[in-house]
Amino acid sequence: MAETAIMNVLLCGIGGQGVLTASEILAEAAIAAGHDVKKTEVAGMAQRGGVVTSHLRFGPKVYSPAIPPGQADVLLAFELAEGLRWITHLKPSGIALVNTLRIIPPVVSTGLFRYPDDPLADIRDSGTRMIPIDAGGIAKEMGNLRLVNSVMLGAVADSLPLEALTIKTALTKRFSARKPELGALNAQAFEAGRAAALAGAKAA
Amino acid sequence: MKKKTLPAAGTRLMMSGNEAVARAAWEAGLALASAYPGTPSTEILEELTGYPDLIAQWAVNEKVALEVAIGAAVAGSRSMAAMKQVGVNVAADPLMSQSLAGVVGGLVLVVADDVGLSSSQNEQDSRFWGRFAHIPVMEPADAQEAYEMMKQAFDLSEKFETIVLLRMTTRVCHVKSMVTVGERRPPNSEGGFTYDPNRWVLVPSTAKRRLPIQAEREKALLAESEKSPLSRLEPGSDKRVGFVTSGPGYLHVKEAFPDAPVFKLGLSHPAPFEAIRAFAATVERLVVVEETEKILETELKAEGIGCTGKDILPSNGELAPEILAPAIAKMLGEPVPVRKLVHDAQSVFPRPPTMCVGCPHLGVYYTLARLRRQVTISGDIGCYTLGALHPWKALDTTTCMGASLTMALGLDKGRLPKDAEKSVVAVIGDSTFLHMGIQGLLNLVYNKGNATVLILDNGTVGMTGGQDHPGTGKDAYGMPAPRVDFMKLVEALGVKPERIRKVNPYLMPVLFKTLKEEIAIPEVSVIITDQPCVLIEDHERFAPFQVIEDLCTGCGNCLKTGCPAILVRKREQVVKAGKSQELAFVDIDISGCTGCGLCTETCGPDAIKRMSPQSAKEAQAHG
Repeated sequence: MAETAIMNVLLCGIGGQGVLTASEILAEAAIAAGHDVKKTEVAGMAQRGGVVTSHLRFGPKVYSPAIPPGQADVLLAFELAEGLRWITHLKPSGIALVNTLRIIPPVVSTGLFRYPDDPLADIRDSGTRMIPIDAGGIAKEMGNLRLVNSVMLGAVADSLPLEALTIKTALTKRFSARKPELGALNAQAFEAGRAAALAGAKAA
Repeated sequence: MKKKTLPAAGTRLMMSGNEAVARAAWEAGLALASAYPGTPSTEILEELTGYPDLIAQWAVNEKVALEVAIGAAVAGSRSMAAMKQVGVNVAADPLMSQSLAGVVGGLVLVVADDVGLSSSQNEQDSRFWGRFAHIPVMEPADAQEAYEMMKQAFDLSEKFETIVLLRMTTRVCHVKSMVTVGERRPPNSEGGFTYDPNRWVLVPSTAKRRLPIQAEREKALLAESEKSPLSRLEPGSDKRVGFVTSGPGYLHVKEAFPDAPVFKLGLSHPAPFEAIRAFAATVERLVVVEETEKILETELKAEGIGCTGKDILPSNGELAPEILAPAIAKMLGEPVPVRKLVHDAQSVFPRPPTMCVGCPHLGVYYTLARLRRQVTISGDIGCYTLGALHPWKALDTTTCMGASLTMALGLDKGRLPKDAEKSVVAVIGDSTFLHMGIQGLLNLVYNKGNATVLILDNGTVGMTGGQDHPGTGKDAYGMPAPRVDFMKLVEALGVKPERIRKVNPYLMPVLFKTLKEEIAIPEVSVIITDQPCVLIEDHERFAPFQVIEDLCTGCGNCLKTGCPAILVRKREQVVKAGKSQELAFVDIDISGCTGCGLCTETCGPDAIKRMSPQSAKEAQAHG
């Protein structure tokens, strides 16, 4: 397959984390920037604690909706072990932004499986460009754990061929539609995530 | 009732295939839609409830949905039925017969095939119905095409007086992409039902008269297909392989082979054989890319058109670019591209779907697991199918909608000596019971079966995201509707009143005692659990529980409820009475805990205590 001018963003996490909403916001930003966009996820049983991925592809003309393994430019992981699970989808030049939050499923808590000790090290050892984001910590500091989503969107903003402002606008629009003050709060979380990613990139 | 703000004609916006189908149906002057929820089709009807000047209804099952739509179409209105692939099996009876009588108003049967099996018990290819029922099939590749074909499907349906099958797949239903929407055409208003028993009363003489008409129609549709603008030839410079493809297969071909000539089918049955024959003559080899079964390929070969397909491509799952590219390279004798992944696949624990925190089914399966050795448990389709998984492992069979009750009778009557002492338990949800369970229970009673039936009434269709049905008291719009009384219904089917019990599934000692009593009685018993799904409005949350660290003995009993809010804090290996034993000390995720209290019933040392609302709030704030 030829390399194309298509940008492949893979978002991953757990059902209920807001992965799909985040993907929707990035899609809106890509549309606003004039791209053709395809976004796909397999929801189905995801509501019940399963793995959720959303494939977002944008560029001049997008055909196939799903990102083949090894073809993602950006991996945005909302959960630590999920970051490790989907790392095979990244291309060599790709970048992973990984929330350091751990969500322990019943199969681990009941002792059937082990949660990897240090997924970040595993990802790093593979030579991938990776920025860990303590999105939960940042959101908590801002007084609302639900802001994790916007923190992660801020974190990814400077790794995409889109203006950060375009993403921020799409985000603010969505949350302001619910409540005006929510828009401002999420915009703040977005900037906090951006700053965290920039700091993380420098540290790396 | 929530009406949506409708984007004006000419607006370009991002839509899923399901949303696009709903919009197109409304634009096409749809009068009535009937559907039963099922992934990946559910959102079509949900979307339609947001459009004005049409009727959208949840039907009790797919056969009913199609028959309601048939009635409307026979009356002259445009109508549709939507369902997932396995739903058509249920709707096959009216489909196969009405194909003979045909329709007056356009009728589109929208079928969503779960290619890739995201949430189904099989992966059947609905394109077979086109051949079996002699009706045309359209296959969109994305949302824009789903929108366009849905509109054309109504026109085609009226022109040829036939049901049209719009075949979607998961990757069409749930992929969002750009769609340009248009104007609404007014619904049909001329004509009306015409008295014509020689058409509408399908007795043998009528059917005999209609068979040649059906055959003529299929011929005419073939001619239509040859010139249909929905199919097209896309030239390409690399003529070593030409592709014939339909549905999302087209997108995968374009992605993998941007320079290859492609014949893309829209109206895919009947296929335009002459156009494909002409195309085949312009390429060195012809490859058919179809999801999932070998259907078109077989037909092309029968037409004498040489081609390759399923001998090099899989007959299941999506034909993604990473599957197509190596297969074609191998066929051409080229080096097969090996994609070097930067990362080795990491073995990360699985996250199988689980029941929700505080789910009313948890207590049922905890209890069934305790009775495991005494019972054979036939299951059904819904969230509660998850009862087959760890830690409950309390479900023995699942086949299709309603099969819990019918298979229970067979398990009872067909048992061999080894199972003589076992009782049979059938587990079915409220919506599944209304879909196809009523007849099974009637049959179970009538044939003097010996089984205990658990109807898990959680007041919604849980698995597909919480739709209403005749047991919820609400219609598809969320408006009040007559509500079926399960106790009375079950009694009317012949279950003895004293054998009908209603139990709160969170009260496990009561549930356990009731189950023990009923499985011991050699006749049909029905136990109805009555607590709502935790995802619907009727569900009430209470202050969460916490584990008093000093009191927890690490017995791990509470973990057997399978509640995802109970986490292991630490494990310890101890030797008790000469036996090695693993202890698991637990914690409760208070942000998830619904306060149902189920786990407290499993805790010997009484280490699980309800928090005061105030302390819960403080604890959550500090996360």
